[in-house]
Amino acid sequence: MSTTLTDDRGSAAHSGAAPFEPGELARIRADFPLLSRQVHGRPLAYLDSGATAQRPRAVLDAERDFLEHSNAAVHRGAHTVAEEATIAYEEARAAVAAFVGRGEDELVWTRNATEALNLVTHGLAAGPASGPLALRPGDEVVVTEMEHHANLVPWQQACARSGATLRWIGLTDDGRLDLDSLDDLIGPRTKVVAFTHVSNVLGTVNPVGQLVARARAVGALTVVDACQSVPHQPVDLAGLGVDLAAFSAHKMLGPTGIGALAGRREVLDALPPFITGGSMVEKVTMTETTFREPPQKFEAGTPPVSQAVAWHAAVRYLSALGPDRIAAHEHVLTEQLLAGVEQVEGVRVLGPVLEAGRALDRSGAVSVVVDGVHPHDVGQYLDSHGIAVRVGHHCAQPVHRRYGATASTRASLYLYSTPEDVDRFVASLAEVRGYFGVA
Amino acid sequence: MSALDQMYQQVILDHAKEKHGHGLRDVEGALGESKQYNPLCGDEVTVRVALTELDGGSPRVADVSWEGEGCSISQASVSVLHDLLAGHRLSEAEQVVDAFRTMIRSRGEIEGDEEVLGDAAAFQGVSRLVSRVKCAMLGWTAFEAAVLAARAASGTVEESAAPGTRPAATQSEGSTPGSGIEENR
Repeated sequence: MSTTLTDDRGSAAHSGAAPFEPGELARIRADFPLLSRQVHGRPLAYLDSGATAQRPRAVLDAERDFLEHSNAAVHRGAHTVAEEATIAYEEARAAVAAFVGRGEDELVWTRNATEALNLVTHGLAAGPASGPLALRPGDEVVVTEMEHHANLVPWQQACARSGATLRWIGLTDDGRLDLDSLDDLIGPRTKVVAFTHVSNVLGTVNPVGQLVARARAVGALTVVDACQSVPHQPVDLAGLGVDLAAFSAHKMLGPTGIGALAGRREVLDALPPFITGGSMVEKVTMTETTFREPPQKFEAGTPPVSQAVAWHAAVRYLSALGPDRIAAHEHVLTEQLLAGVEQVEGVRVLGPVLEAGRALDRSGAVSVVVDGVHPHDVGQYLDSHGIAVRVGHHCAQPVHRRYGATASTRASLYLYSTPEDVDRFVASLAEVRGYFGVA
Repeated sequence: MSALDQMYQQVILDHAKEKHGHGLRDVEGALGESKQYNPLCGDEVTVRVALTELDGGSPRVADVSWEGEGCSISQASVSVLHDLLAGHRLSEAEQVVDAFRTMIRSRGEIEGDEEVLGDAAAFQGVSRLVSRVKCAMLGWTAFEAAVLAARAASGTVEESAAPGTRPAATQSEGSTPGSGIEENR
């Protein structure tokens, strides 16, 4: 799909795709109504897309258009409107699946990425029902120290239920996975290697190819948190050899309330169902039930239909811009952001910094710790200047602890971010310590 | 005054730096302690109280001390609490806590009575921001739980009146419910 996913360091910079021209960026921004609003009398600088992205009119219109013309229950009923709804719903599945290099029978709708990961962890720790994938005492699950809680806590629970042991890949001082320990950590007892593609705190882009190769060498299943990668760069899950991956619509211009598990068909076949009930069954008697094929096997109850349709529109929008160009645009801004932050006294970046002026395997999520000022206070100050950032532990307490912090302030970029957004963030960040009397 | 300056009044910034009552200490009296977390940012505050004159029906808050890490709002708030409540009758202290809670949860509607709240009235600007109310309340919640723990330990309160405290224990832990500002995925 693109060169940005090879393991060559800094590959995003070399993909050849051009960043957006200023006029192009202005036209893109005009598609996002919310971006034109003011906050505290200033134009909004929205630097919190890592938490949730804003939505273009095309996405809002697609959902409304569906609801005004084709809304009906899917996969039941013989009337025309239901037929249209079912087609729109399944076309959305095929489109979102294709966007990440999977087939239409390889994408399961979930409520969010967290539910997608829980579908997997519950499936593997369901005792005899887990079949060949079952976690057992003596088995090992390997995660990393930079996981979002959504890809850590469910594995802790799965290990507690199954008797398997949780191990983790530690981090280097410069914010990357400590891969020296890889061959020791991932061995014959390893059943699962679960890791984030891109850290939501550090911005580190992990070497998926290397991790998958090691996991495959020992026959372990790979489970990838792709929430922070799929929105920002081309991702070809089949090409990467990833078994299962979770991501969510609302971080990629789509609605909340819908996420997905994208998996190799054979793995989805082997996984037992998670939430059970209507829609996911073939034959039901008072004592027994047989289940439908994936992906329906995992989709009990009324699905998020208009959300799926809106997600389809988001994928169309992203594809039209080009994920490689989105990556190139964010790459330029990331280098500007890191260069700016590094000039601010009393501010420390969590995660990789510039190396000889370049951001290598580094996404546009930049978390900082301001010496002497709590992130809540930093965020409040920035907000008063119309700058929206995320403060707190970003659902990743262990990675903060690893770098001696409880919480941080994170600016995260997206396709609509501008050089002015970055400049304003850096300028206001430089004023924070003075305002709170610590500089 | 800008909304920001209204929130970060000088008296708040001063308390955040000076941290009155900071550093847990042992003094005479029935000791109770409570550690409260803010699950949104991982901040924590531990408040310890020493109650005396428990027999007469009108106990005294002989001492308040605390430790913890947090934003300027949460730190200043405990510092102010120390100044307002230490040395006073428990019944008076409880009235102050109630007045503070009423003001801080009023979304800017209720102006704090400076006669009752002293420096704590400066937190009215915080009450407009739902996401920061919790920061301001953290130490006050810990104070209330610490009092219950002290009374439970001294046997001067019914067990059922002290939710979250273990009988004969002098510590409680808790995390007050957040406003849901998590990173949903």
